[in-house]
Formats: sequence, structure tokens, C-alpha cells
Amino acid sequence: MATEFHNLQELRHSASLANKVFIQRDYSEGTTCRFQTKFPSELESRIERTLFEDTVKTLNNYYAEAEKIGGQSYLEGCLACTTAYLIFLCMETRYEKVLKKIAKYIQEQNEKIFAPRGLLVTDPIERGMRVIEISIYEDRGSSGSSSGSSSVSGSTAR
Amino acid sequence: MSAVMITRKVRKWEKLPGKNTFCCDGRVMMARQKGVFYLTLFLIVGTCSLFFAFECPYLAVHLSPAIPVFAALLFLFVIAMLLRTSFSDPGVLPRALPEEATFIEMEIEAANGNVPAGQRPPPRIRNVQINNQIVKLKYCYTCKIFRPPRASHCSICDNCVDRFDHHCPWVGNCVGKRNYRYFYMFTLSLSLLTIYIFTFDIVHVVMRSVDNGFLNTLKETPGTVLEVLVCFFTLWSVVGLTGFHTYLISLNQTTNEDIKGSWSGKNRVQNPYSHKNIFKNCCEVLCGPAFPSVLDRRGLMQEDSPASSTSAAPSSSSSSNPMSQTMKTTAPLIPNEHTPDDAKPSIAASAEKSDSPKEEDPPTPQVPPLASPETEADASLAKDKAQ
Repeated sequence: MATEFHNLQELRHSASLANKVFIQRDYSEGTTCRFQTKFPSELESRIERTLFEDTVKTLNNYYAEAEKIGGQSYLEGCLACTTAYLIFLCMETRYEKVLKKIAKYIQEQNEKIFAPRGLLVTDPIERGMRVIEISIYEDRGSSGSSSGSSSVSGSTAR
Repeated sequence: MSAVMITRKVRKWEKLPGKNTFCCDGRVMMARQKGVFYLTLFLIVGTCSLFFAFECPYLAVHLSPAIPVFAALLFLFVIAMLLRTSFSDPGVLPRALPEEATFIEMEIEAANGNVPAGQRPPPRIRNVQINNQIVKLKYCYTCKIFRPPRASHCSICDNCVDRFDHHCPWVGNCVGKRNYRYFYMFTLSLSLLTIYIFTFDIVHVVMRSVDNGFLNTLKETPGTVLEVLVCFFTLWSVVGLTGFHTYLISLNQTTNEDIKGSWSGKNRVQNPYSHKNIFKNCCEVLCGPAFPSVLDRRGLMQEDSPASSTSAAPSSSSSSNPMSQTMKTTAPLIPNEHTPDDAKPSIAASAEKSDSPKEEDPPTPQVPPLASPETEADASLAKDKAQ
């Protein structure tokens, strides 16, 4: 199939950026970090709805874990206060640890699920935690020579 | 003849828009006007030095050596909190990159439908329901984003700040989500330090006057008069400020919301962020998670600059994300009244160089000039009222 790629390197070299979709924040539960799970129409022909929703839900769970206000966050806050917050110079906060897990998860998802479908998910922290940016790629070599491949929606090259 | 392009690596803070100053290669982030911050530092260090020089030797001998020790610890805590508040990122939201800005513009146009010619388009507002309360998210024309709830644009620093409290000239920085607890600990510990020094000044003067007489005491320790004066005036302001912020924390409100009366209760509008429990509110604000900065200030990026010195401003492309080589991070393409003056020539340069598919007309100017200390939120509030 023309839009199948094997890994991220091949995606970079043989594909051109066609479009970008931005998944917005979901503020219905307050200011905690959560993204909308609504399936964007531009991805309809590219990826299954359940895979997309699973990815966003897992990210939401990671962020909820990072921002959870409970025993551990109180302990971290009080301990840091007694040391005049100098402990943050040598210790990694819980949020930073979860952000590392998120980066690893997004890398895995890109390699296993999104890159083979010509998509790339950008870590929200690189966009100020405002949006999840999904880049849609189309194969450079296949323009005009695709044989029975499904048409890509919204793929007007810029 | 095309100029030779030199690619060099720069830190991302060098290319950040906004009116911040950065020190120590991006580790320190402050507002541009730092004069009042130096005054704060001078007053605290000066008064404490006088205390340690004049009062402490006498009190350590005649009362207890614990007094100067505790004063020293408190002083160090105050300085640590002040520097932490002043030097950290308050929670600045990075501006939207061109693709994101265009995506949002398209969504807005789709939502507005066809506006008849000659009529002003409706204000850019998104309604969100939080805890059964409708909250309006306003669009920031400078940053090209819909501001998250509780965020506001600081016109002094020219940034949108998350959970914006206020811009404090005494600490030389905005107070927002990331540094609010340090700011509160600073005012609290400074109140305690002021009360402590004031009390022991009085104790010292009384004790010495009993032995030597009042006027002799003042002659021996002239610093006392200065300390008492500074502490007296500081007490009223700082203790009052600490009390005010304690009140705000117990209600989970920001100074910005309090001033604008967002949750004052008229029209049955209530604060949707409050847990309705003072203890829970305090715990969330003071002992919540430590949010990381989303500005990667010390990250590296490529900058392509032409070898000749005639170009107005170099255009830079970020290569931290390998897939985004087609993106250019330039100054906002749509010039408006909130664009910083030093970005305007680069807008002209980048507008010629970039191949953006459409150019929008600037929004009808209705807001006061950038020099006013009002935040853009207030300005757009006035704009909404005028419509």
C-alpha cells in the first residue's frame, strides 16, 4: 500500500507533510491537563477510532497521575518547603518523572501504531501542553502512481 | 547572488518572543524592569545587616544566642524564596506556531459563518463548562491561542501566563501558577522576619535604656532607628499582603479574578475551581504538584543566518523535533497593536520570505496602547462591553 511505512526514519525521508490536526484541551473537569477524545474527521481514513481514543485516554491518565493531589504530593510539597525548595535542585519532581514516562509512551506509540499509518504524534509539552499535534504525512513517491489505495482526506500539499 | 547561510546552534531562550530578560544562559527568567527588585533586595539585606551588626551581639550575650541564629535562618529562607519567585518561569504559555494559529483561525471562521460585509465579526470567545459553570475562554491576539481558564496576558512581560495572579514589580516577575507558592512563602516569611526584627529592636532598646539611658542607647546603636523605621512601614504593607493572599488561597482565587470580580456572586456566578473547603483549597495551592516549565529555555535549536549583514532579522527554524523541518518559528505574521516594536521589522521581512497561504486583515483596533499597565484581558473586556 502506498501509505505504509516501516519506521520513523523512512517516514522522514520518503514522506512529505500534508496536514496537521490539533487535539484541543478538555476543560470540563477544571484546569487539570486533559485532552478531548473526540475523533477528528481528518484522521477517519488513516487510523481506527479505538486506537486513537486509547492513546488519548492513556495520555489523560498519565497527566491525571502527575497532577494528583494526595499523600505523595503533600509529602513532596512539605519536605521541599522545609528545605526552602533547594531540594528541587537535586531531586526530580513527580511531575517530571511522569513526563518522562509520557515521552517514552509517545515514542512507542509513534513507532508501533502511528508511523506505519503515516502519522506522527508530537508530545504536548512541546506545544505548551495546549494541544496534541498529529502530523499527517503522504508518501512523496506515490502521488499519481497509487494502485487502488484509499484516498487520503484533507491531503492538499502546502 | 544568494548569500551564504551560516547555521549555528542557539538556545531557545534567545528566540523567545515576549519582554523577558534571561540570565545565566537561560536559567534565570525575569521581567525587563528590575529596579524595584534591586530595591527589595537592598532593603532586606540592608536591614538584616544592621540587625546583625548592632542588635545581635548585645542580645546574644544578654538574652540568648539562639536569637541571631534563628534570625539568620529566617533571613536565608526569605532570600531563597525571593530569588525563587523572581528567577523562575511563572507559567508562561508559549505562543502558537503558525500551523496551530491557522488551524484555530479556520475553526473560528467556521464557527462564525458568513459575516455580512461592513459588520464587525463577533468577539472570539469559546464557552466551556467547568463544574456546572460556564466559563468564557478569550482569544489572545498576541499569542494566537484561546487562553486556558485562569490564564491571562501580562502586557508588561507580553506573555500569556497560566493561573495569572498579578505582575509584581517588587519581585521583578509575574506571579503565576508555577511560582505562586514561592511568592506566598516569601510574603509570609518576610512578615515573620519583619515582626521578629521589630520586636527584638524594641526589646534591645528597652534593655539597653534601663542600663544606659535612652539617648545613649540611640547613640551607641544608630542602626536601630533605621531598622525600626523600615520595619514599621514594611509591617503594614507586607503583613496586609500576606493576609490578603491567605484569604485568596482559602477561596482558591487569584488576585486577577478578585480584582475583576469574576466570582463575586452576582448572577449566581460561583468559583468553579474552589473545593468549598478551606483546608483542601490551601492544600491544592500550597502543596500541589510542582508544575514543570513548558518553555524549554535551554534547549538547542538551529538558526540560519545569512553571512551578509544587510538582512533585518534572521529567520530561524527549530529542529528539536525532526519532523518539523518545514515549520518556521517567526514573529507573528499578523501585525496588530500588541506586537512588540522590535518584532515589527522582522514581520515585514518574514512576510516577504514566508509562503503563508493567506494573509489576514489586522483586527479593528479598539484596545488602548501597549504602554498601559492593564492586562490584555481587561482591554478585551472593555472591547466586549463596547460592542
